[in-house]
Amino acid sequence: MYGYRHAIVVGASSGIGQELVRLLAADGTRVAAVARRADRLHALAEQCKGQVIPVVHDATNFDEVPALFQNVAKDLGGLDLIIYAAGVMPEVGAHEFSFDKDREMIEVNLLGAIAWLNQAAVRFENTNSGTIVGIGSVAGDRGRSGQPVYNTSKAALTTYLEALRNRLCKKGVRVVTIKPGPTATEMTAHLAMKGMMDPAKTAEIILQKSQKTGEHYVKFTHRIAFAIIRSIPSWMFRKLSI
Amino acid sequence: MSVRLPLTGLREEPATTNMLPPERIARVTGYGMRSSAEGYLYRPTSVAEIQSIFTTAKAADRQVTLRGAGRSYGDANIGGECLVIDICRMNRIFSWDPTTGLIDCEGGVTIENLWRHTIEDGFWPPVVSGTMYPTLSGALAMNIHGKNNFRVGTLGEQVVEMDVVFPTGELRTLTPQDEIFYGVISGAGLLGAIVRVKLRMKKVDTGDIKVLAISPRNWDEQFAIFEQYEPNADYMVSWVDCFGRGEEAGRGQFHGAWYRHDRTDYSSSLRPEHQDLPDTILGFFPKSVVWRFLKLLNHRPGMHFINWAKDRAGLKLGNYKEHPQSLVGFSFLLDYVPNWRNAYLPGGFIQYQTFVPKEHAKRVFARQIEMQQEAKLESFLGVLKRHRPDKFLFSHAVDGYSLALDFKVTKRNWKRMEALCHRMNDLVLEAGGRFYMAKDSTLRPADLRAYMGAEAMAKYRKWKSEVDPDGLLTHDLARRLDLA
Repeated sequence: MYGYRHAIVVGASSGIGQELVRLLAADGTRVAAVARRADRLHALAEQCKGQVIPVVHDATNFDEVPALFQNVAKDLGGLDLIIYAAGVMPEVGAHEFSFDKDREMIEVNLLGAIAWLNQAAVRFENTNSGTIVGIGSVAGDRGRSGQPVYNTSKAALTTYLEALRNRLCKKGVRVVTIKPGPTATEMTAHLAMKGMMDPAKTAEIILQKSQKTGEHYVKFTHRIAFAIIRSIPSWMFRKLSI
Repeated sequence: MSVRLPLTGLREEPATTNMLPPERIARVTGYGMRSSAEGYLYRPTSVAEIQSIFTTAKAADRQVTLRGAGRSYGDANIGGECLVIDICRMNRIFSWDPTTGLIDCEGGVTIENLWRHTIEDGFWPPVVSGTMYPTLSGALAMNIHGKNNFRVGTLGEQVVEMDVVFPTGELRTLTPQDEIFYGVISGAGLLGAIVRVKLRMKKVDTGDIKVLAISPRNWDEQFAIFEQYEPNADYMVSWVDCFGRGEEAGRGQFHGAWYRHDRTDYSSSLRPEHQDLPDTILGFFPKSVVWRFLKLLNHRPGMHFINWAKDRAGLKLGNYKEHPQSLVGFSFLLDYVPNWRNAYLPGGFIQYQTFVPKEHAKRVFARQIEMQQEAKLESFLGVLKRHRPDKFLFSHAVDGYSLALDFKVTKRNWKRMEALCHRMNDLVLEAGGRFYMAKDSTLRPADLRAYMGAEAMAKYRKWKSEVDPDGLLTHDLARRLDLA
């Protein structure tokens, strides 16, 4: 259905990443599921018999990415899709400025993505093919008071992906930015929000949207709502409790 | 520390740190453009570099695919995640002796390089394929044949000696007295890299050839004409209209050709510029754009019409007529229209060529065409040739005939196409026929074992374990057929 033969999903042990692996495996794609938690990966591989290669890796171990990327592509027998879905959003108090938490978010959400997707960019640029998907967030559209550095990491990721897209579009490489809204995953459990999206449904939409290069919201209503939110002047935005 | 876990279980293995240069990754395709794979592309210029690549591959726990000019139609010149050795830059001609007709050159020398180097001395490559761009390494790995296969055999039969680099790093000179000579030639690049070849060229008196065209109306006439001209023709080939049915099933156009033995011909036909293919059709229409028009007609109705028109033109204008033609013009039909393969994009095409003993050839080929018509998957081109057997390990030839077919591949038709080819394979196997790896995209491991036979397979395994104990050499075809 999606037409991918070999894929890497980074951040595959829970949430949207895990659902992406399940969907791709069910579609016949051979998937390398990359994440920290070996027990989760093992369970996932068991569920998707024969289709999933578990790869235990901490996304902040940037130095090991180049060799790991090459070896994973070899084990898969090729590569035509990479999805960076790893992300953290620790609970941050309204008056909290914890550098440790902030650094973790930048390292996992942004630098880990750059470490993996740069490798994919080199490969796809040389093979004139391939799809790169980064999971951004609507949270990156504005600097909101609740999660300054999470917003920053997603905004930076979106800009990085746009730049990759501009570099690689002439080479036949798709670079896709997906901006999901709040999704019911372990990462967002502490938010206790209502009406969050189901990660399986989000994953399905991501794979559908991955067929077209560009920046995509998961829901049409998000696209409208965030077009409005982005256009709110800064002086007015600070007075709102969005 | 990262660990890659195997598909089943949780055995932990540290990631290899022997990285390959990331910028070497490239997508390489087979000539039919249906099969492609990503590999790390190396273009060595010396034997030492090839030996070094084998060492690198072993250290990185990877395999190696040998590639010439990439003229094998299917997946014999691509290897997913392999180090791909493209030998095209090893193209030096070491020596040429017009008194003996022996040429000594590197494996990356192409058939074009050969004829351009020797034709002014009155020599021509003894065996050529339908395109002049294959390298000698690739051509010998596949042991190519030409339209004169029934007369002189394959290219491998013209080799006097050759140097081969085995994956162990050993460089060995092989001659027809060495048994493994017959495995390396025809071995599809699975035993060693042919890096130097000494070849006997064919003496010719003129650069033109006498061509006779005949338009057989059906299979009976096709085979009768081949039998009639077999005793004296130097080349024989026949185009078959795969849309012909009923009483005209098997209709087409036969071409027999003879060298001219005229030592008083002082024309300039032996000059390369006489041989060069023209850039235009009828002197004004640029051939470089012809494929775009072909693409417009590259579907069943369009090709039905083109085949019909070609048949009518041959019948009305050229039947039983003789004409002179340059050796290049007669030999390299595939080079006549530049980029013609693009007409088959985006899905590409496969070539399907099977070799059937003469007793069964007419029945098998007629049935193959019927099966295509029943499936509405007719080949857009059919080419019939006469062959003789040879003693190479992976020999495709028989004392009989081959029919080569070009099938357009699309996403929608591939499953049906593959099934059709498998049904046609069964017919060939029942008749004691053989297959050709340079043209294959659909063989199954059981098909290969059936036509090769247990003894030949055992010999291959023995040689493979001796000269490639680490199983370095492979390609996607070998993986598909459990050969490496």
